[in-house]
Amino acid sequence: MTAVTYLEAISQAIREEMRRDESVFLLGEDVGTYGGAFKVSAGFLEEFGPERVIDTPMSETAIIGSAVGAALMGMRPIAEMQYIDFITCGFDQIVNMACKMYWRSGIPLPLVIRGPAGGGTHGGPFHSASPEAWFFHTPGIKVVMPATAYDAKGLLKAAIRDNNPVLYLEHKLLYRLPELREELPSEDYIVPLGKAIIRRHGRHMTMLTYGAMVHQCLKAAEQLATEDGLAVEVVDLRSLTPLDRETIKESVKRTNKVLIVHEDTLTGGVGAELAALLAEELFDYLDGPIMRVAAPDAPYPYAPPLEMAYLPGVERIVAVARQLAAY
Amino acid sequence: MSEAERADLLLQIYYYMRLTRAMEDRTRTLFLQGRIVGGVYTAQGHEATTVGAAMTLRDGDCIVPQHRDLGMHLVRGVSPRAVMCQWLARGNAPTLGRDGQLHIGDMHHGVVPMISMLGESLPVACGVALVMKMRRRSTVVLASCGDGATSTGAFHEALNFASVQRLPVVFVIENNGYAYSTPTVKQFAIEQLAQRALAYGMPGESVDGNDVLAVMEAVGRAVAHARSGQGPALVECRTFRVRGHSEADKADYVPPALRQEWLARDPIRRFEEYLTAQGLLSAERRREIEARVRSVVDDAVAFAEASPPPDPATVADYVFAPDGPIAIVGEPDATDPRYVNALDTRTGRPFCTMSQVEEAVTQL
Ligand SMILES: Cc1ncc(C[n+]2csc(CCOP(=O)(O)OP(=O)(O)O)c2C)c(N)n1
Ligand SMILES: [Mg+2]
Repeated sequence: MTAVTYLEAISQAIREEMRRDESVFLLGEDVGTYGGAFKVSAGFLEEFGPERVIDTPMSETAIIGSAVGAALMGMRPIAEMQYIDFITCGFDQIVNMACKMYWRSGIPLPLVIRGPAGGGTHGGPFHSASPEAWFFHTPGIKVVMPATAYDAKGLLKAAIRDNNPVLYLEHKLLYRLPELREELPSEDYIVPLGKAIIRRHGRHMTMLTYGAMVHQCLKAAEQLATEDGLAVEVVDLRSLTPLDRETIKESVKRTNKVLIVHEDTLTGGVGAELAALLAEELFDYLDGPIMRVAAPDAPYPYAPPLEMAYLPGVERIVAVARQLAAY
Repeated sequence: MSEAERADLLLQIYYYMRLTRAMEDRTRTLFLQGRIVGGVYTAQGHEATTVGAAMTLRDGDCIVPQHRDLGMHLVRGVSPRAVMCQWLARGNAPTLGRDGQLHIGDMHHGVVPMISMLGESLPVACGVALVMKMRRRSTVVLASCGDGATSTGAFHEALNFASVQRLPVVFVIENNGYAYSTPTVKQFAIEQLAQRALAYGMPGESVDGNDVLAVMEAVGRAVAHARSGQGPALVECRTFRVRGHSEADKADYVPPALRQEWLARDPIRRFEEYLTAQGLLSAERRREIEARVRSVVDDAVAFAEASPPPDPATVADYVFAPDGPIAIVGEPDATDPRYVNALDTRTGRPFCTMSQVEEAVTQL
């Protein structure tokens, strides 16, 4: 058994599901002959043929719309966005067509939309998106974002097997990170949608996070442990919808302090909802303000010094955690 | 087809055209009485197009209709009761009161539910056709849109995608002169919308959308093309919206003479004249058909009025479908109840969009 990258884990999940279930197929730009812009589907065309690995025109509305049509027919399409930024070009197919379908017609829509999200790769304003808040806000779609290779595979398998639209966000910075290489179980497994995981246990505060920020939080927690003697708990949400309210609340009840960290912009981000949830339900348990570290309310910038200043990193997380710990 | 079979078919077409008009007339009355709370879109003058186009289809084919396509729904077996339950926002309507109008469908009977965003159904039609192609079926998808919807990106993406993938889709454009208040001269700068087909490498033709037999011939050709595996085709049916955009629109922006001109070309009257001249529509036959139409409409309205409103306690329900196996629609056991998409899992009962099988049309 060899250790695989986050990207290889994604690739394995799709390949294994396509082998297991003839209703699963992949469509998107450059996914066939080229194997995908990031090579997630390298070799797929050879194995599955052009009807199950479909190179489409540059038409996000047609990609997502035809995935909806195929899902209505009972297929389990996986629609790839070359970069998740381009999901805006197919927005209506998601929020109006797909998200309301079962609710108003009773017809289930087993559909996965996936693609590379997130920044840190000098992608600039149009290749660094964290679009989760738009869809987190929209009823009728599940939203997941794995932080590890194990979860990347297990969550994607669960997403493909789910009977609803699922937005699966891959953090492209994690794709080939050597330190995320992992040996994965040889047997079939899933990571259920809607289940968070505690990545590091601690009693002084809870960091709620997801995606690439999980790793920043873990580094910050380590630093806070050695330099400040703080035991920080890090909760990786994994799924934003459904949200694992139980794990979140259980952790915060023990630590009594919460720092929310996400790469997306601050206002109206996922963190705002988490803060509201905790303020409403755990007011009596809180020993300090609910604090947030997020990107500033500005579009994602290109130049390296701007990008560095924009992305939440260990330094900022540590600084804000210290403020919170002082309460 | 024998003479008698042909006569039956023509009268069946006539029946569906009359039923469509009568359902809409009654819907308008309900609206004027304040019993329909939302917007009402009707399609007087479109009956030759909607009924004629749908009459070219067979079992296993699929329609992707839009807001003026009641005629297509009825021909394909959608239940008048379900339609009236939709208008009256009943709890047992196909959308359980979540949505209104003709936003209904049932994949097992080949009807895709539309959304209000016009044009957006066309890419979905491509996906249905893609599955037909993957499953090596000889079925087709018939997808419609208005002249206004041809200006959306979704229309162009769908036509291109269908053509590149050689999908069995027939695009029917219902050019009724207006998109709300916008006349076609402000909508596009070409002579005929059929020319759009050229740009995407598919056959396209324009036809008199008020002549039901001409529509059937033209759409029939397009369907045959799509069914033979040669890819999509497009038909522009030229008709006119003789009423307002919605029943709340007086449409005083339409020149009266133009409207009069099209009223004189009423598709139902024209077909009646044809049938009468052919000796197929006696006064007695006509009375029989009217009586049947009336009883279907009366039954639909009575059923809807006797139906319960939705339960407010369910307002947050049905957002996600349950787990379980999903059948590929159209495969032999696809309606086996062990599949999550076999029944309406919101209610645990069969989907209620379609009429009883015996009421549904069967192509002669
Ligand atoms: C994408 C979109 N934009 C705006 C509207 C609002 N709207 C409803 S109907 C309509 C005109 C539609 O015209 P057309 O496509 O010609 O169909 P018709 O109503 O004439 O049958 C408009 C603008 C809409 N439904 N969808
Ligand atoms: Mg129009």
